[in-house]
Amino acid sequence: MRPFTFTQSQDVDTAVQEVSKEGAKFIAGGTNLLDLMKIDVMSPSHLVDITQIALDTIEETEAGGIRLGALAKNADTAYHELVETRYPLLSHAILAGATAQLRNMATDGGNLLQRTRCYYFYDTHTPCNKREPGSGCSAIQGYNRDLAILGTSEHCIATHPSDMCVALAALEATVQVTGKNGARSIPFANFHRLPGDTPHLDSNLQPDEIITAIELPANGFATHYTYLKLRDRASYAFALVSVAAALELEGNTVKEARIALGGVAHKPWRVPQAEALLHGQQATRENFQKVAEAYLEGAKGFGHNDFKIELAKRAIVRALEQATKKEATA
Amino acid sequence: MKENYTGTPTNRVDGKAKVTGEAKYAAEFEAPGLLHGVVVNSAIAKGKIKRIDTSAALQLDGVHQVFTHENRPGYSWFDKHHQDEDAPPGSPFRPLGSDEIKFSMQPIALVVADTFELARYAALLVQVEYETEPHETNLEANLDQAYKPKKYKSPPPSSPRGDAAQAFERSAVKLEEAYAHPAHHHNPMEMHASIAIWHEGGKLTVYDKIQGVQNSQKYISTAFGIPQEDVQVISPYVGGAFGSGLRPQYQLFLSVLAARELKRAVKVVLTRQQMFSFGHRPHTIQKLAIGASEEGKLQAITHHAFAETSRFEDYNEDVVIWPGVLYDCHNVEVSHQLVGLDVYTPLDMRAPGGTTGTFALECAIDEMAYKLNMDPLEFRLKNYSEKDLNEDKPHSSKELKECYRQGAEKFGWANRMMEPRSMKEGHQLIGWGVAHGAWEAQQQEASAKAVLSPEGKLKVSSATADIGTGTYTVMTQIAAETMGLPLEDVTFELGDSTMPKSPLEGGSWTVSSVGSAVKLVCEKLQEELLKMAQNMKNSPFSEAKPEEVSFANGQMFLTHAPATSLPLTAILEQHEGEPIEAEASQKPDKEQKNYSSYSHSATFVEVQVDEELGTVKVTRIVTAVAAGRIINPKTGRSQILGGSVWGIGVALEEHTVLDHQLGRFMTHDLDKYHLPVNADVHETDVIFVEEKDDIVNPLGAKGLGEVGIVSVAPAICNAVFHATGKRIRELPITLDKLL
Ligand SMILES: Cc1cc2nc3c(=O)[nH]c(=O)nc-3n(C[C@H](O)[C@H](O)[C@H](O)COP(=O)(O)OP(=O)(O)OC[C@H]3O[C@@H](n4cnc5c(N)ncnc54)[C@H](O)[C@@H]3O)c2cc1C
Ligand code: SF4
Repeated sequence: MRPFTFTQSQDVDTAVQEVSKEGAKFIAGGTNLLDLMKIDVMSPSHLVDITQIALDTIEETEAGGIRLGALAKNADTAYHELVETRYPLLSHAILAGATAQLRNMATDGGNLLQRTRCYYFYDTHTPCNKREPGSGCSAIQGYNRDLAILGTSEHCIATHPSDMCVALAALEATVQVTGKNGARSIPFANFHRLPGDTPHLDSNLQPDEIITAIELPANGFATHYTYLKLRDRASYAFALVSVAAALELEGNTVKEARIALGGVAHKPWRVPQAEALLHGQQATRENFQKVAEAYLEGAKGFGHNDFKIELAKRAIVRALEQATKKEATA
Repeated sequence: MKENYTGTPTNRVDGKAKVTGEAKYAAEFEAPGLLHGVVVNSAIAKGKIKRIDTSAALQLDGVHQVFTHENRPGYSWFDKHHQDEDAPPGSPFRPLGSDEIKFSMQPIALVVADTFELARYAALLVQVEYETEPHETNLEANLDQAYKPKKYKSPPPSSPRGDAAQAFERSAVKLEEAYAHPAHHHNPMEMHASIAIWHEGGKLTVYDKIQGVQNSQKYISTAFGIPQEDVQVISPYVGGAFGSGLRPQYQLFLSVLAARELKRAVKVVLTRQQMFSFGHRPHTIQKLAIGASEEGKLQAITHHAFAETSRFEDYNEDVVIWPGVLYDCHNVEVSHQLVGLDVYTPLDMRAPGGTTGTFALECAIDEMAYKLNMDPLEFRLKNYSEKDLNEDKPHSSKELKECYRQGAEKFGWANRMMEPRSMKEGHQLIGWGVAHGAWEAQQQEASAKAVLSPEGKLKVSSATADIGTGTYTVMTQIAAETMGLPLEDVTFELGDSTMPKSPLEGGSWTVSSVGSAVKLVCEKLQEELLKMAQNMKNSPFSEAKPEEVSFANGQMFLTHAPATSLPLTAILEQHEGEPIEAEASQKPDKEQKNYSSYSHSATFVEVQVDEELGTVKVTRIVTAVAAGRIINPKTGRSQILGGSVWGIGVALEEHTVLDHQLGRFMTHDLDKYHLPVNADVHETDVIFVEEKDDIVNPLGAKGLGEVGIVSVAPAICNAVFHATGKRIRELPITLDKLL
């Protein structure tokens, strides 16, 4: 680890000022950033600890939704009564991630900004455009079993590893941020980026901006939902493919469908046109299969991860079936 | 009455020390002026170091030295001076030996600084320029380069029996398949660590993570040319090793090198990532051909293994001995060939060869049972061997049939339906599988010392190790029972090279070897006590012969007249407040040579496989084990449970991924290298089957460290087949292979 200076901010404004300094980074739970610093993948010269800022509450908004403070812990969020009763999909997604110990440390804001788990990103002795722009991508020709099949570029095929974010995408959350130029709200679909030719940028958050909260709209799809996570072991493993599925049903007719995929792209993957195929249709396996096909349109494997295309289709069908039957998880 | 400590489930005597943190592991010792070393590893797999620039690192305040091949002190250059007790034939790797890079992550520099943090930072500042050469790390692509080593590390594969090729051709039912086992890394909880403390005059005290302190002692002594008595190696606790501590690893070499040169104490601890920079279980491809008659009698087995090794040592292991050990078949041909690659030399890992070979053989046997449409257990029973056909010797004991019987009953095997995909619950296909395995019960020469204090407290010691297996506890039980003392009055000490000689802790031979020596040394003390008692005035024992006296409850008494007794403390008064001592060495009895001795296991497994998503859950494991006398059923059970959990890992999860373009292991942390977690482990049962064996060693105990793992992975693979109808012959069985 390289030497760095350290400061604790008590409020958003000073935090924003501190982080505007050369080489500065926020640190919240530290469960991702510290690991990456130890292996020299990230080397901020100034750390701004934001855990003293009072941004850890979870409360209802005037619009009838809820607001998750950026510093609320993943565990506290998942077990919060408002979340458990009104947004159980989010609760399940969070609990499918990491381990109990990690969730006790990890914050909601940090979860959004956790970095990819691509093997090569983690090893400074290998070329990686995300870590070192222009050095090349080792994964495209290399071991890419865990990596993306959708929205990839010739520069990077990394995935965003979060589970929580998959649920937030399906629930159409917004991310509240504050920077030197004031506050703004970013729709979840625009928060993370595709790699394109700037794979070193994971999100559209500006370097001087802090996440203050995540807001959820009123509809939490609390009746018909599923978070299905497929992985190589039953816990403490990232998703090969995950699906957050939520349905509004009238009888067996779908009024609204939300589907987001994790583990398949540089951001939680949503295809609203494909979701729309279900609107007004019967909740049947055949219809779910049609949606699954549409969702994976344009998917491309890189050898080791070819299987994800078929797996994602099957997972979508299974998740929608479970959501219909009110089965929350696999 | 005599207390039967052996055979009674006994808590670990070191349990409290471990959970309270009082037990110290290699990296936790203190030394005055301790410096910290951090290793720099190579970025490439093959080539030369063109330039290594340490100036930026050396400029930092508090950095004492950066050792590289350019400035390192001299050390012996002879191969034999670098060969340790577990070294395969060849030329061992010498850290910082030259500018040559032989494998990726090779240690190429050691930064020594006042603190670990500083050393770690300085290590980032070491600039290296390489001249790369093309490397080869792909076993499959280089099978045409396979060779038979001039010398084998383990016994060479046995010569052919009968005519396997012809018998195969004539067989009514034939199977020919290849099976692949990937590379695995040991990943014990405790990372490898050493502290070398230099003393005025050149003597060294070394704390090392190792499975045998005397192996490290001898290695340091010969490699650096230091008299053996000037090196003391200490290792009281080891946080798991699984074979990774059989050979002294490079952190030991580097800490000693730095300590001597700087005349200080130097600690080197490897990081988790660096735990992937030395030995591993080798990637192995096995080709099996099995022929059987229509009635299900085995006619022929050929078993050929192709395994990776480094370019500098010929590592091999017992992959192909299992057809001869496990089955009654008279036409058998086996071979073990190596492919030299630009990797570090593979290293013994729990049941080396057994895990790999049994997986392939037991899956193939299952496949054959299906070709014959015969219950896989019945097929095994039909080809049950009463003899070890490799050696053509009877077994000293073999209760494998009883393992089958008790295991099958507990599991409910009789209710199994033969047809794959015949059991289902919702989306879950259910499969039942069976496999069996064995591990040789060996005894090595070992010594022990016993000291009995005037207060009647016994201390026994031997330079062995406790890698988590329960050595402290088992030796205490054996000594307490032999001497007839309460457990609390007995302590066992280990892990110090000045103690009586002991073999490496490995091969499941510690209980049989060291335990036999402990028993013997206690018997020696008893003879001494009898002599002392006979010298007492009006001694009631004056006419007694050693075989006529017994020891219990802190007393010596005449076996046929227990009322005639003396407290040990009374006898010890003869020694005027001084303790009495004995030392003894126990060698295997010659009679053992006429027999083969193996521990055996039979494992029954239930899996659930999602019919659409391919996820596998191991819902039940029953393992029945016959391993002679079980000295401590509690720690013994833990060994088998650990083997079961590891078997889940072998079958479904473990795999060190090698990127052949980079020639580098890429899954080098515990997020990417998957081991089973609690959520993967469900019902796990262990049955110990009674087995009496008077030949294997004086304790009648065989060994449990390795037999618990071998049969689990193939039983899981066979259960997955039963669930899905799909044969996966390449481990691990991840969900993509079942889609
Ligand atoms: C072994 C392991 C397994 C895991 N498994 C899973 C899993 O299965 N699923 C899953 O979803 N996650 C998993 N995680 C990831 C875990 O969820 C994240 O590490 C965690 O959510 C990050 O939160 P943090 O508060 O610790 O972030 P930190 O590590 O403190 O920060 C992460 C990044 O976010 C930035 N940051 C933090 N807070 C803010 C803010 N308010 N505004 C602006 N920037 C900010 C930091 O500067 C930093 O760049 C795993 C992690 C580990 C170590
Ligand atoms: S996929 Fe992205 S993160 Fe992985 S090596 Fe390529 S550029 Fe780096």
